Amino acid sequence: MKKSLKERLAILSDAAKYDASCASSGTVKRDSSATGGLGSTEGSGICHAYAPDGRCISLLKILLTNFCIYDCAYCINRSSSNVERARFTPEEVIWLTLEFYRRNYIEGLFLSSGIIRSSDHTMEEMVRIARELRTTHNFRGYIHLKSIPEASAHLIEEAGLYADRLSINIELPTDSGISRFAPEKRPDNIRRSMGKLRLKIEEMADPTLQTKRKKTFAPAGQSTQMIVGADGASDATILGTSARLYGSYGLKRVYYSAFSPIPDSSKNLPLIKPPLMREHRLYQADWLYRFYGFEIGEITATQAGGMLDLDLDPKLAWALGHRERFPVDINRAEKEMLLRVPGFGTKTVKGILSSRRFGRLRLDDLKRLGVSLRKVQPFITAEGWTPHRLVDRTDLRAMFEPKPEQLSLL
Amino acid sequence: MRYRFSLRGRGDLTEWRDAARAFLMAGIVPEYIEWRTMDDADGLFGFDENHLPPPHPDCEPMTVSPAFIRLAQAVLCHSDPTRFALLYRMLFRMMHGGVIHGRHLLQMATDPDVVGASRMAKSVGRDYHKMTAFVRFKELPLKEGTAGRRRFISWFEPDHFIIARVAPFFQRRFTDMDWLILTPKGSASWDGETLRTTDEPAEKPDLRDETDELWRTYYASIFNPARLKVKMMTTEMPKKYWKNLPEAELIPGLIANAEANVIEMARKAASEPLPFHHRIQEAAARAPVEPMPIAGTLAALKQEARHCTRCDIHCLATQTVFGDGPPDAKVMFVGEQPGDQEDLAGKPFVGPAGKLFNDVIGEAGIDRRSLYITNAVKHFKYEPRGKRRIHQKPNMGEVRQCRWWLTQELELVRPKLVVAMGATALFALTDMRQKLEDVRGEPIAMEEGRMLFVTVHPSYLLRIPDEGRKAEELARFREDMNRIKRLAA
Repeated sequence: MKKSLKERLAILSDAAKYDASCASSGTVKRDSSATGGLGSTEGSGICHAYAPDGRCISLLKILLTNFCIYDCAYCINRSSSNVERARFTPEEVIWLTLEFYRRNYIEGLFLSSGIIRSSDHTMEEMVRIARELRTTHNFRGYIHLKSIPEASAHLIEEAGLYADRLSINIELPTDSGISRFAPEKRPDNIRRSMGKLRLKIEEMADPTLQTKRKKTFAPAGQSTQMIVGADGASDATILGTSARLYGSYGLKRVYYSAFSPIPDSSKNLPLIKPPLMREHRLYQADWLYRFYGFEIGEITATQAGGMLDLDLDPKLAWALGHRERFPVDINRAEKEMLLRVPGFGTKTVKGILSSRRFGRLRLDDLKRLGVSLRKVQPFITAEGWTPHRLVDRTDLRAMFEPKPEQLSLL
Repeated sequence: MRYRFSLRGRGDLTEWRDAARAFLMAGIVPEYIEWRTMDDADGLFGFDENHLPPPHPDCEPMTVSPAFIRLAQAVLCHSDPTRFALLYRMLFRMMHGGVIHGRHLLQMATDPDVVGASRMAKSVGRDYHKMTAFVRFKELPLKEGTAGRRRFISWFEPDHFIIARVAPFFQRRFTDMDWLILTPKGSASWDGETLRTTDEPAEKPDLRDETDELWRTYYASIFNPARLKVKMMTTEMPKKYWKNLPEAELIPGLIANAEANVIEMARKAASEPLPFHHRIQEAAARAPVEPMPIAGTLAALKQEARHCTRCDIHCLATQTVFGDGPPDAKVMFVGEQPGDQEDLAGKPFVGPAGKLFNDVIGEAGIDRRSLYITNAVKHFKYEPRGKRRIHQKPNMGEVRQCRWWLTQELELVRPKLVVAMGATALFALTDMRQKLEDVRGEPIAMEEGRMLFVTVHPSYLLRIPDEGRKAEELARFREDMNRIKRLAA
């Protein structure tokens, strides 16, 4: 008997939950006031709900189908798994997207799919959904399509006309990891597809000669995801791969997904609690690389075995490994060095730079900027404050380590 | 004299601005004004005593920065009764505070008043954002047999007076449907033509929508029980919002069963794959492999080089950039290694250096399509630096490894003339580590009657900072190309 729409929604969203991204940000501003249609995007994304896993629900994240001819060990939808299978028709995906959107549950659609028949066939159906949402239904909300690396160039090009973001998952940080766990996927194909996409995005961003206008093509760029903890790659390897991906393909984001046990799991994989803290530290390091002027090598160099310290955030760990660079005088230091003080974010640094032109800053001023004094005190000097060789204390690390906690069983 | 002034206090800028302007023009210090709202116990009677003082004779016209107006607009939406006094104090300080406390006040991010106002504005911003996120529309079905725009209603409870501020957002987004948002602090509606807002409190309606059931299904299924992080959820979706969210009733159950579900999942060993899987595997095994080009041809060599792992650069680069051109070309150009653009496109000399190369050979009357163009090293070596890749020179080990391909390219194409562009190409072709200048510009005999011609790499020309020298070097490079044209003839 055919499963009901509700039953299939349960299966095909369950199958999509291992994709970390749910972002709806970074695209162009547009709305429906001129077209009289439905939907808008206003720069920053909106999280319409949060699940008890603490993750944002911004998009209707579903698979077109979870039938798949690939057999990737880490994937819940691999062909050898015995999960229940289902598929939507393109019309059903369109209906769900629009009806969910009208009730303000979501910002748009994140559509992915298992590979059925061929890459092109699957991609064609996904593109059709995006096209009909945009043209037939005048939908101006957010669309993220997970593209299929082997799909033909013309399909990717068409997808970019309707989607805000396109993504291809790199899956694992090393080529050998991909060959081991995803035997049908080819790392060089994935890289080549990302390269082609970057070229296409750049080509379309060039104003044309006739109209002097940029064409809209995947305005929120491309992103990717890496699974953390399924293979043996170290954090240094993972972050090195991210740096290469950011540099090579102009990715907007690399998402890290702590490997999470899946139903009917393959025996080759660790069936443990997902390494959530490790994932968190990787995101912090990624942030330091993109917004705080750190090189990947600096972040991982002082860390044993290339693994980030789980007890301390990577910026604090770096500071403790480079005590000779501290304390930093908040009234004189350059922006680059202020950004390296543990406990200062980009906004705090902006506030400091702007305020110190009018007078010397004291600890009270920092407190008013919302800074945690306990964290920054050992690393700075301010008007009326010198840390008295606090950075030389041997128990400095212990001051920041989390209190021991009873472990719970899985 | 002391003043007492009452405002409606529903987030409207004008009423406060008019009063503040009058007080300021009369030179009234902040301490002498008591601001009230109609929600205060005696505020309702206060409108009668709203007397504004006459302007001071010496007062001059005043202006404030647009940034302050934006800040005031947000702060006035806050529900804190001290907001009017705070804004007036800031205004007064900006007008009378001298250089330090004067017009630069807003840039003093650590000033207590600026901090206070920024906090209120931030809190209003958050309330606005949460309203755009957590409003849930329920459909009101049209009467049977009638047609028209679909109608939706929502009930929401914001912390601050933000209805008029947020309403345009919903208009821009839900343009093709009629909607009504009711809140205890006012309501907003849209009928396709007019956006209406009021600040009168509304009553909570009784609402139902079948689609909520599908939404709850989605919410429960997208949750991953192995990653329980309840605190993270409640920080972003505080419990005060739950009563109006259809999905929130599921939360306690999802949390309670999470651990049991994960243990159950772990307990179940992997089962045997279904026949579906075996059919696919068999089909894949039977699938025809890509036809291989005939062995011993350039096409076969290129195919083989795609999977080259002879040195470590291969997994850093996007792809092997093999030589390109007719397999019987008379002239072969050899460069150093592909760059950023070549790496993405998979073709040699398509980036900035390639464009310069094309221009110069074009001027010399050489047709690029007649040339075989390749590189000493076939993968791009670089160092990631933020959003860019910085070219790194291949080392001698890498050049030697990659010579494996270059030698075979030479044997298959059998060019009459080989042009080495740059020192790396020269080393790859001859094992010579000579100064380029010593061998440049004159043909050198190679084995099998082949000629070698040495010149600079075009990217060298792009890097010369001095314009005069650049022009000189470019002229020499042009001269070299002319000579190559004559040698090839």
